[in-house]
Amino acid sequence: MTKLYEVSNKYNNYKEYTREFTEVGRNIPRLDGPAKVTGKVQYTDDLVLPRMVYGKILRSPHAHANIKSIDYSEALKLDGVLGVITGEDCPIAYGIVPHNANEHALAVGKVRNWGEGVAAVAAIDEATAEKALELIKVEYEVLEAIVDPREAVKRDDLRIHEDHPNNIAYEGVQVYGDPDKALAESDYVIEKEFYSSYVTHAFIEPQAAIADFDPNTGKLHLYATCQVPHYTHQQLAKVLEMPMNKIRITVPLIGGGFGGKGVASQADFCSALLSRKIGRPVKITYERSDVFATNNGRHPCYMKFKMGFDKNGKITAVDFNNLMDGGAYSGWGIVVLFYTASMVHIPYAVPNVKFDGKRIFTNKPTCGAQRGLGGVQPRFAMEQLLDEAAEHFGMTPYEIKKLNAVESGYTAKSMMYVPHSEYKKCLDEVVEKSEYMNKIGKLPYGKGIGLSGGYYISGTSYTLYLSYKPHTVATIKIDDENGVTLYCGATDIGQGVDTVMAQMAAETLGVKTEDVKVVPRDTQISTFDLGTFASRLTFATGWAIRQAAEKVNAELFPVAASMLRCRGDEIAVKDGYFYSIYERHGRHGKKGKEVAWAEVVDVYMQSNGPLSCSGQFTPPRRKGIQQGGNIGHSPTFGFSAQVAEVDVDLDTGKINVVKITEAGDCGQPINPMSVEGQVHGSIQMGLGQALYEEMQIAPDGRFLNPSLHDYKMPTIRDMPKVDANIVEAYDPSAPYGGKESGEGPIQPTIPAIFSAVYDAIGVRFTEMPLTPEKVLNAIKAQKASK
Amino acid sequence: MKKKIVKLDINNHVYEVLVSATDLLVDVIRKQIGLTGTKKGCGQGDCGACTVLVDGEAQLSCLMLAIACEGKKITTIEGIANQETGELHPLQQAFLDHGAVQCGFCTPGMVLSSKALVDNNPTPTEEEIKHALEGNLCRCTGYVLILEAVESYVDSLAKGEV
Ligand code: FES
Ligand code: FES
Repeated sequence: MTKLYEVSNKYNNYKEYTREFTEVGRNIPRLDGPAKVTGKVQYTDDLVLPRMVYGKILRSPHAHANIKSIDYSEALKLDGVLGVITGEDCPIAYGIVPHNANEHALAVGKVRNWGEGVAAVAAIDEATAEKALELIKVEYEVLEAIVDPREAVKRDDLRIHEDHPNNIAYEGVQVYGDPDKALAESDYVIEKEFYSSYVTHAFIEPQAAIADFDPNTGKLHLYATCQVPHYTHQQLAKVLEMPMNKIRITVPLIGGGFGGKGVASQADFCSALLSRKIGRPVKITYERSDVFATNNGRHPCYMKFKMGFDKNGKITAVDFNNLMDGGAYSGWGIVVLFYTASMVHIPYAVPNVKFDGKRIFTNKPTCGAQRGLGGVQPRFAMEQLLDEAAEHFGMTPYEIKKLNAVESGYTAKSMMYVPHSEYKKCLDEVVEKSEYMNKIGKLPYGKGIGLSGGYYISGTSYTLYLSYKPHTVATIKIDDENGVTLYCGATDIGQGVDTVMAQMAAETLGVKTEDVKVVPRDTQISTFDLGTFASRLTFATGWAIRQAAEKVNAELFPVAASMLRCRGDEIAVKDGYFYSIYERHGRHGKKGKEVAWAEVVDVYMQSNGPLSCSGQFTPPRRKGIQQGGNIGHSPTFGFSAQVAEVDVDLDTGKINVVKITEAGDCGQPINPMSVEGQVHGSIQMGLGQALYEEMQIAPDGRFLNPSLHDYKMPTIRDMPKVDANIVEAYDPSAPYGGKESGEGPIQPTIPAIFSAVYDAIGVRFTEMPLTPEKVLNAIKAQKASK
Repeated sequence: MKKKIVKLDINNHVYEVLVSATDLLVDVIRKQIGLTGTKKGCGQGDCGACTVLVDGEAQLSCLMLAIACEGKKITTIEGIANQETGELHPLQQAFLDHGAVQCGFCTPGMVLSSKALVDNNPTPTEEEIKHALEGNLCRCTGYVLILEAVESYVDSLAKGEV
């Protein structure tokens, strides 16, 4: 019996599972789709509670200022105003990474970025709340603002956080092998600087929160737009000084996250504090400008690279210096800093690595986790450096990438271990599909083609507060009232994990996906899960679900066996039937030994009642992890490659991306349709960052474009043709063989476009975004020098 | 502010609502009438999530005053599926079948903008579809599958299948 319970994902000790699937690998439109296309489904802001009132947050017009006083007496006198809070109501700092916690729901003593919240009001309706904000008098002592990290690191006289000299939030050096020696001995060394830009998630649904504090029971129920309800839960408990078991978080549906909802929003805290103060439910919905002010977008990076090669074009060493702009607070910063470090180790074999990185505080909205965090920035640089080296060696970018690509079983110097990789297949496939080899270097001036690769982690090995508990738990309940119910706290932010979870459960249980009901995203009802980040859900919840489902089968198989009069270990289940693996098909057209799933459940229920089993997942820990190298460590990795084709308008400098061909290794796709959607979305976000997206901050820290009007992102007109392909793959360390597909595919998009522009006009750009102005200037300079 | 009772014809039902001169159509639809299928992504006319049909044309309800909509026919996403049977409109079905729905927040607006287009021009070109949808932002899907969904609907319309 123990055997059946065993779900092994220990490295090098994979249990051999069948790869013949019925539910996994099926194209299933998401189960909540009909409710979404009819407008029936409810997002947070769609909910209304009895006696509910509205909250609004007053934001600072200055990027750096001491708060001398806040006077809200006039606001309180306004008819319909029920309560006001300020930083005094939330003196305890929080943060997603607890040991760097330095954020407050509302500024305490000082504001550090434009738009930081300084007070919040609850009122009978939104108009009254807005009027009340105007009546709050805040006296500021305006301080000089610094928005450039290269400047901030030199200014110890102007500390954004008193306890951080030179505005250094964190710094770290990692050395693997002997990079200095390797570079000195290299046959060819390139040195170059790159800049990656300040962009944001721009999900379409602004954050909202409804807090309902019950003064009679002392319990708080928060409805929030949150990718990481568990971490929000923890931080709420800390800030409100309440035990976690008195707080319940329900996440209705989320309208896109991409990492931006991977931190507790200040609306969560403010609504909770206000609700506790006035004893009524309080809803706060962000305006679009609130979203920008608190956005936690991508860290801009000033990167210096030195890359060495031997005489054959094999990478000998990488020396990577990264100065990262962190904005005003810590957020996910330390994680992103060390992810950029770890991103140097794969998808190419790099025998010697040096990383020297700093994350700097500046007076702009905090930078955080955005799709492909930590990977997008160095990938942008490294892929282009490889292309440049290829030219030196007389190879194509394809050849040099293939030459250096890692394969299954690779262990990096940092101990990052790749159980499975089809990266080379990805390269082959895009090159073939796009006819890259026939086009590279051969297209007329103004037209170009570029190839790039990428990879991303698939799960994470650590909880942010360093605990050994499982990272996810899934419970499956079987009864005859509700059929199969799967409880799991994983948060669907639009990527479709609810459907994928149902598919995985259905696969092992032998039922139809459509018959599995998923109960997600409620800390009181569903089970524990760390949250949606690091592309971890399919992998982590997949294992937990598989384990739970196998336990269910272990209970039902003996019952089925006795009903079929055969041995328990002869039983299998599929398509709603338990059957004997030896006698499923009876002879001469007669039915063999099989019995309907529901009948077995019925018999089981008669004597045992409802059946419920739990599974869990803890990522395996690799031995010998060296200090610092552990961040970015992941159970497995997804890979992808892309070819971009561009058309440069030589008169305007505008770049038109005509086509992107993509091939991804996500292991066994659980739902190919969802994978395709993730790939398309990744390409769209990468395209925006490559060409025009940028949050612009004035030298005094004012945010210049906090609206979807001025923050330009791709529309339907800007999308190129996309040919997304999934390469044949199966990762034996992954549940059902499936791994990440949500963040890997954004990695190659930007460098592929930049390389295509190089192919088109012969100029290699190293700064994002690639605006028409930059391109046109380069073309003019080129003409002038001829 | 002085309020006034206006009659709004939404999805073939006339609602009497009390609105002030500055109340936006999107807020009245969402908060007073409770049809929350209409979404608000920016409140400034930039994202298209709040798209509704007004006399058959796609309009941004965050830029319209409720008071100005008296006597007009408004259709929201809740009015698209068959009102009696609940059966999805073929355009809605096409969005599902083509994986054009991810988080779903832009979806009501996308469906309505597409519907307004095809109702007025049953044989739009790819360019015309893009023109009709360029004011609807979607951050999840990359638009390609949305375009495919609309094209497939146009196709089946031409073949008389729907
Ligand atoms: S909410 Fe109306 S256009 Fe964005
Ligand atoms: S599906 Fe999420 S914004 Fe379009």
